[in-house]
Amino acid sequence: MNTLYIQTQGTYLHLDTDNIRVEVEKERKAMIPLHHVESVVVFGNVLLSPFLIHKLAREHKPVTWLTEFGRFMARTETPVSGNVLLRVAQHACACDMAKALSIARFVAAGKLQNQKVTLMRSAREALDNDPELLRQAAKEINAQIGCLPLAETVDEVRGIEGTAARIYWEVFPLMLRQNRDFFWLTERTRRPARDAINATLNFTYTVLANDCASAAQSVGLDPQVGFLHALRPGRSSLALDLMEELRAVTADRAIITLINRSQLTPRDFVLHEGNTVTIKEDARKTILAHLTERKKEEVTHPLTARKTPLGLIPHVQARLLAQHLRGDRAHYPPYLHR
Amino acid sequence: MEEFIMLSALQHFTFCPRQCALIHVEQVWTENAHTARGQQQHERAHGGGTEERGGMRTMRALPLVSRVHGLMGVADVVELLPDGSPRPVEYKSGRAKPRLADEVQLCAQAMCLEEMFACDISAGFIYHSASHKRREVQFTPELRHAVLDARDGIRELLRTRVLPLPAADARCELCSLKDECEPFAPRDFPRGFDPFSTRLEE
Repeated sequence: MNTLYIQTQGTYLHLDTDNIRVEVEKERKAMIPLHHVESVVVFGNVLLSPFLIHKLAREHKPVTWLTEFGRFMARTETPVSGNVLLRVAQHACACDMAKALSIARFVAAGKLQNQKVTLMRSAREALDNDPELLRQAAKEINAQIGCLPLAETVDEVRGIEGTAARIYWEVFPLMLRQNRDFFWLTERTRRPARDAINATLNFTYTVLANDCASAAQSVGLDPQVGFLHALRPGRSSLALDLMEELRAVTADRAIITLINRSQLTPRDFVLHEGNTVTIKEDARKTILAHLTERKKEEVTHPLTARKTPLGLIPHVQARLLAQHLRGDRAHYPPYLHR
Repeated sequence: MEEFIMLSALQHFTFCPRQCALIHVEQVWTENAHTARGQQQHERAHGGGTEERGGMRTMRALPLVSRVHGLMGVADVVELLPDGSPRPVEYKSGRAKPRLADEVQLCAQAMCLEEMFACDISAGFIYHSASHKRREVQFTPELRHAVLDARDGIRELLRTRVLPLPAADARCELCSLKDECEPFAPRDFPRGFDPFSTRLEE
């Protein structure tokens, strides 16, 4: 379940019997038993010994290399992942309008349901007029959910999702109760982020998207061939599809919690000339530590009815999708958070 | 010419056709406590080549093939009796499985050995490491039939590539692929699971 994140520049990771030895400037900083580690994510200038890479590959534990600021660079491909029949079925479904539409509708439904749940949960804790505004937004998202079964093309599904996103982001700052004058959000912007919330969202989504891409790859799916997200060179469309259901309940919820507990404050950000914002290294550590804790939290999966750590949900969903694509399951069931 | 069928696949198929399809068609494999223990044991059993003790030779990790039946694989242990006749011994970490899965695998090994050594083999052994006991298995005509039925079933599985439905019975508790198989999860949306629901819960 645990992802080992290494951010400190110049770190060297070795295999030491069945442990990962973490060294910084030739000084031993930590010994982490391999059986505690499910995957390794390294940021920037971090070295791994070949023996460690081999050992991790043999145990199907992916290594992901990101830039210092979290942009995806590379991921190991381990020996058994890759049922070629599954990939052929995935590509065939992506080309089949009716099947792609059905999956896209369910993915979007999962996303909107979980946005709704997140808004309603925050409404219970919000102050003043905010609960009413949050509930109102949840009702409006409900109206969009009602439109989903009527969508006749994937483009229409994307339109509905876009409308829901506008409703959601408009009220997003109302879920924050600390440092409101600093944490504001006018619109969602990708890189470079123009405000602290966008910077935090971008960073958290990168980490989550990487988990989803690893999950897709480990069940043998092609992370690049998605259904709701358009195919685009270099884009992990399927990873983004899998992430949709988890954005609100994992990433957004984490950010809301960290800001409301004042674990993220204005001091954690650097405001650059020309209106761009970056997150300081310690704050990135805080975010990663919180996400790691959150991944261990167990939820009851609505379909399997099993208690599952939140961090395993991308794997469960990737597997359920693979079953649908190979004809083992009539529909793709999105993850609906409770 | 038909593809050779792996002896281990016969065991998987007899135990559960879906497990067999997951491993040999879907290429799903997860290690769990059972398989890890089995792996260790196999590594030990396959460690040495041939050893001789009291007139009996023990061959480990012997490659097996039957061109007549279209089977291939590797035997954990084959004992060569003083008269030169081979006898297969299959090592199992767990207890005896239902549905004669291990017996079918053992019998298939014997059918390969009969062809390779031009002999008749009437019985072999399954060694259970949990109890440190070996038990004799008679290669009856029925068991030999079960081997060929399983082989044909696997050929059909590899041809159609369709995943059979889950067994969803007591076998599943013994299965290392339970998580991947999801035998008890509904095959479609269960009651009350509605992604398009517009209920607003307070």
